[in-house]
Amino acid sequence: MYSYSGRILHVDLTTRTVRTERKPEDWYRTYIGGIGMAARLCWENIEVGCDPLSPGNPICIANGLFAGTLVPVGGKYGLASKSPLTGFIGDSLSGSWFTVALKRARWDGIVIHGASDDWVQVFIDDDRVEFRDASHLVGLGALETEEAIREELGDDQVRSATIGPAGENLVLLANVTNDGRQAGRTGHGAVWGSKKLKTLSVRGTHGVRVADPDELLRLSFDITEAAQGPHTEKYRILGTVANVLSMNRLGLLPTRNYQQGVFEDAELVSGEYMSEHHKVKTLACAGCPIACEQMSRVQDGLYAGAIAGVEYESLYAIGPNCGLNDMKAVIKAIEICDQGGMDTMSTGVTISWAMETFERGIFTKEGFKCAKYPEGFEPYFGNGEAAVTLAEMIRDREGIGDLLSQGTKRASAQVDAERGTETYKWAMHIKGLECPGYDVRGLKTFALGLAVGTRGACHNRSAAYDPDISGAVDRFSVDETRGKLASSTEEYAAVYDTLPLCKFIRRCFTGKADRAGAWPAIANLINATTGWDFGYDDVDLIGVRTHTIKKAFNIREGWTSKDDTLPYRWMHEPMKEGPSAGHVVSEEELAYLKGLYYEAKGWTKEGLIPKEKLIALGMDDVAEEIGV
Amino acid sequence: MPTSTSTYQNIVCDPDECMGCQLCEYICSYVKTGEFNSYRSLIRTVRIVPIVTISIACRTCEDAPCVISCPRKALSQSPETGIIYIDEDACDGCGWCIEACDFGAISLNPETKLVEICDLCEDLEDGPQCVKWCPKDALTLATTEMVAQKARRKAVAQLLHELIAS
Repeated sequence: MYSYSGRILHVDLTTRTVRTERKPEDWYRTYIGGIGMAARLCWENIEVGCDPLSPGNPICIANGLFAGTLVPVGGKYGLASKSPLTGFIGDSLSGSWFTVALKRARWDGIVIHGASDDWVQVFIDDDRVEFRDASHLVGLGALETEEAIREELGDDQVRSATIGPAGENLVLLANVTNDGRQAGRTGHGAVWGSKKLKTLSVRGTHGVRVADPDELLRLSFDITEAAQGPHTEKYRILGTVANVLSMNRLGLLPTRNYQQGVFEDAELVSGEYMSEHHKVKTLACAGCPIACEQMSRVQDGLYAGAIAGVEYESLYAIGPNCGLNDMKAVIKAIEICDQGGMDTMSTGVTISWAMETFERGIFTKEGFKCAKYPEGFEPYFGNGEAAVTLAEMIRDREGIGDLLSQGTKRASAQVDAERGTETYKWAMHIKGLECPGYDVRGLKTFALGLAVGTRGACHNRSAAYDPDISGAVDRFSVDETRGKLASSTEEYAAVYDTLPLCKFIRRCFTGKADRAGAWPAIANLINATTGWDFGYDDVDLIGVRTHTIKKAFNIREGWTSKDDTLPYRWMHEPMKEGPSAGHVVSEEELAYLKGLYYEAKGWTKEGLIPKEKLIALGMDDVAEEIGV
Repeated sequence: MPTSTSTYQNIVCDPDECMGCQLCEYICSYVKTGEFNSYRSLIRTVRIVPIVTISIACRTCEDAPCVISCPRKALSQSPETGIIYIDEDACDGCGWCIEACDFGAISLNPETKLVEICDLCEDLEDGPQCVKWCPKDALTLATTEMVAQKARRKAVAQLLHELIAS
């Protein structure tokens, strides 16, 4: 096989042993890499029904098909475990050099089993695997840890995926960081922390071989050139933060814990403002000719010197969503999350829940005592120092940070159980994962996409906002087309997440991002890399299979159709103002949409998968376990 | 920062434009070995967190320290182009040239145990492939004087822009 080695590395932290598993070519043609392969490895290796923070939950890493080659934006890998936030599949992607090192070490995937008694770093040095003491790294920030390991091992080509203090402290919002990028969502950092795995480092020295290098170079050069043109302008010039003002104009910018969709000070936390006042450098992931990461710095004031890569999803969550119009505090809070190894989105939305709970008088100043503020502080919306301090308290599980470290679902349930309150009514999560930067009361197709999402509220796995925002459908109403749209857009996204290719390249193949515009070009890339004979339908099937294995995983872990729901606020409180004013996703609408969606998938009314459907996808063993 | 005194052309990287994508390493290693492997690239991307990124290849120094340091006289420099040539029969991979290079621009081939140095793709019609592939035009084939001229023009253009704006 080209690009693949045919080998999966199994590492057992309990026994400190390793073994190699060989997979047949058919398995690779079915699950490819990235999210698809990582989810499949999780399906194969998990103790069904286990506690996500127990040794039975494996850490599954799947390399990218194009990682280490010249195919633009192919430097990405998939990471999957059972999520401690949702109890369902937790799948994340992260970009950059770690995956390239792994490819050169000739491992297609890694499965980490068991748990260590002491803090450990695993070092994969081509074929050799070393278990090294990590006690001296405990407490180091995620980026500091990466540097410390490079120093320790004496080779700057060693690339590490690591957790920060948040993961060590089993904060459920914790993530995994490599090369300054994050496998951000669903709480992977806590899973690593539960195994006392501080870092996974790789040195790979072998070359990557592809089937038809001349053809691959020709294809890649054209895409690389196209990636400097208008199709990527948004990402290259302002980055994803350009979304702040667009979302605000549509009345969809989550503001003050999703109480509003319009932020009066949006200009002050916009991409345009950030670019003018804070941007110091644009960075690319390994193998990316676009470069979208906007490194931003605070020059003066309380947070002088803070520096972080700022994305829209981080910015909305900690900025408008916490009522902050102070870009400096936003950058500082993002830096705390990045160094601490925490998901900025879930952290921001959990802080905004605490702020609303404070403003409603359920939390009081005394509840916010900490070493920095022994008398407590008042976390009203717009209080930047409160957001910064709460991020630190969550990371360290200090004071109320201990409660908040469990995320909005658990924190609100605990408060409501103890005090008889109804804070769940403003706990903004789906299946336990905090919501992204779109208020779906004004995006009905996307509302369905989020509700049925296998990893909870995620804007990356569902692309159903696209027909809503582009105007292909009326975003404020529902009709019989939405089930198919939600289904087809999530399978579309799953193709990119499985290869993986960064979705920002999607218009650079032919100028058109739809299947007809992209799939033939992607098939050519796959064939030049592997020597296979993929066509349009084969590419399309990648997305179907990936989505199906994730759904099957959830069904086996106890999913029922009741789990496909939306936060209380989105279903019961009409949007107050702005272009989306008056809209809500009613229970009737959601039930109708879900029915359409299950039907579009060819599933049962209860959302279960018929056996023959699984067999047709080449997943006979899955059919046997969960097919109906 | 060490300096070189080259009047020859070499691969110059503008750190303001370099985003750290590493595509130069991939294409270089492919051209030289037929495989993609940063360890075999003759240009290397250096990234220091949080924001420094730059790619470095041979600077074609005058009175090149690598040539002077070689105990076996295996290295020689073209008087026309400044390119450093390696006599594979003479080189025994001792690594003194690697240590002598202030820019870390020389690498040891792990398979042949011989040193390798950027040759500006002199045998290719369209020149250095890293320059051709660099998506941000951060890499150029230039002399230090050409870089200085470009910097001067940029500085004056900026001054002009500010004068007009004020």
